[in-house]
Amino acid sequence: MYNTPRPISLLLGFFLCVLAFYPLYGDLVFGSKASFFMSKLTTIVIFAILAMSLDLLVGITGLVSMGHALFFGLAGYVLALASPEYEAASIWYILPLVLLSCAALGAVVAFLTIKTSGIYFIMVTLAFGQMGFYFFNDAEFSGGSDGMYIMLKPDVSLGGIQLLNLDEKQTLYYLSLACMVFVYMVLRMILRSAFGQVLIGIHANEHRVKAIGYNTANYKIVSFVIAATLAGLAGFLAASQYGFVNPSQMGWHTSGYALMMVIMGGAGTIFGPAIGAFVFEILHYVFESFTDHWLMLMGTVMICVVLFLPNGIGGALLSLVQKKETTGEKNDG
Amino acid sequence: MAEVLLKAQDLTKNFGGLYAVDSVCLELMKGEVHAILGPNGAGKSTLVNLLSGDIMATSGSVMFEGQELTKLPSYKISHCGIGRSFQKTNIFPKLTCFENVWLAAQSRQKTSMRFFRPARKMADVKELTVTSLKRCGLEARAETVANAMSYGEQRQLEIGMMLATQPRLLLMDEPMAGMGKEESEMLVGLIKELAQDYTLLLIEHDMDAVFAVADRLTVMVNGRVLETGTPKQIKSSQQVQEAYLGSEGGF
Repeated sequence: MYNTPRPISLLLGFFLCVLAFYPLYGDLVFGSKASFFMSKLTTIVIFAILAMSLDLLVGITGLVSMGHALFFGLAGYVLALASPEYEAASIWYILPLVLLSCAALGAVVAFLTIKTSGIYFIMVTLAFGQMGFYFFNDAEFSGGSDGMYIMLKPDVSLGGIQLLNLDEKQTLYYLSLACMVFVYMVLRMILRSAFGQVLIGIHANEHRVKAIGYNTANYKIVSFVIAATLAGLAGFLAASQYGFVNPSQMGWHTSGYALMMVIMGGAGTIFGPAIGAFVFEILHYVFESFTDHWLMLMGTVMICVVLFLPNGIGGALLSLVQKKETTGEKNDG
Repeated sequence: MAEVLLKAQDLTKNFGGLYAVDSVCLELMKGEVHAILGPNGAGKSTLVNLLSGDIMATSGSVMFEGQELTKLPSYKISHCGIGRSFQKTNIFPKLTCFENVWLAAQSRQKTSMRFFRPARKMADVKELTVTSLKRCGLEARAETVANAMSYGEQRQLEIGMMLATQPRLLLMDEPMAGMGKEESEMLVGLIKELAQDYTLLLIEHDMDAVFAVADRLTVMVNGRVLETGTPKQIKSSQQVQEAYLGSEGGF
């Protein structure tokens, strides 16, 4: 549970290389579509961050949130609203502002919802997500249902020298990729820490965790705030990529997709939901290319996953590796 | 044995019109093994739940080592020095024995809001975990997943987790429930060992076990305390004979 088995680490490393070298082979493989696919991949990588952040709640702490996109969307709105009108916002103040806003809203939502559990927690988080959706949908200052444009992408420079140009697709791609790896590392670190141990206990048996002396509500609130902040990072990248933000980014559809990525990928494995994001979005792209009713096909896939891979792709990979390990031991003996 | 460790006064818990625990007064002396007897529905488990903070009392008060515990939530009571084990096995089934006890031991840190350092590098927690595992006799099973252990071992694990919270008073709700004869005997031995270092409040149905370990007994019926006394006094009490054991019964 705490250490990723070696074969899986290798597999993840391989996937990461495939992604990292895309700009080298993209033109050869996809020709004129290479640039489009790079944007697509950037979007998927950002969704992988969102899915992993949701996994901290769903898979690790055991809190199923149906309102996680609230923070994803809020990040975009904060970026749009806090950017100066005619110049690019400096990332050094806009990114902390975005993350702090998401953490603050996360704390408020967590504080109000954390006493509920099970289906009630799902419903209350859904309600908060929808409150955010309708707030921005009806607000004139944020462009209502059309949303807002982010004309100038955040400026990453230090001492007058531009370090990164986020208008370049490739730069944004690598930035997102780096953020994905960073978020994965952060979550693994949390899982191994004293704090993570308590979260795992809460997921398994909250009553017992309380009985041995932990104020479980506090741990759940902090877990929620961390997840909201990381979702904010994903939202920041997404809004930077799209160049606009609209209410649907925080609506329940987005929350639902993120949850489907987590379930498909394997809740509680952290790397699984990232894989889930890739599988979900690639299937989305394929299905959409031949029918408008892609959700019907996606639903069928979802049912199959739940039936045949109850622990998701990540869970299946883990048990495959572990089975091999145990039979290997038997052979040795 | 003169020092009073815990004192419950007029402790009452009612669920609507049902008084599960009705004005119970109870004194636990430091170092004693105190057993609570009573038929099903007498309110024994509710009493333990009140003392451990799992449920809130309707009225009455609890003092422990001179500190007021009434209305404190269970996690705070745990830090005051009261540990408890549960009637229904209450562990983390998918974690190993070691991980189960670890989590209990880690709770003795000032805070577990630590995000950076790997938990397993905390040497003092590790030491406490190993000692507690030894004490409950599960040292050899440390790496076994709790789910895969026998029922008796899971009950031992329950005790190990309780010990890892470094309590001074142990509340044990039917530690021997559902155990076979051999397992029971082993556990009686363990309880006797624990009695040397801890004060124990024990709920138990197994009469042989109770009389083998208890210094004093409290008999409860319908949420009320019927009588408190030494095993000898209780055995010979007319009142207990009639109310609890039936007029024809006997030990």
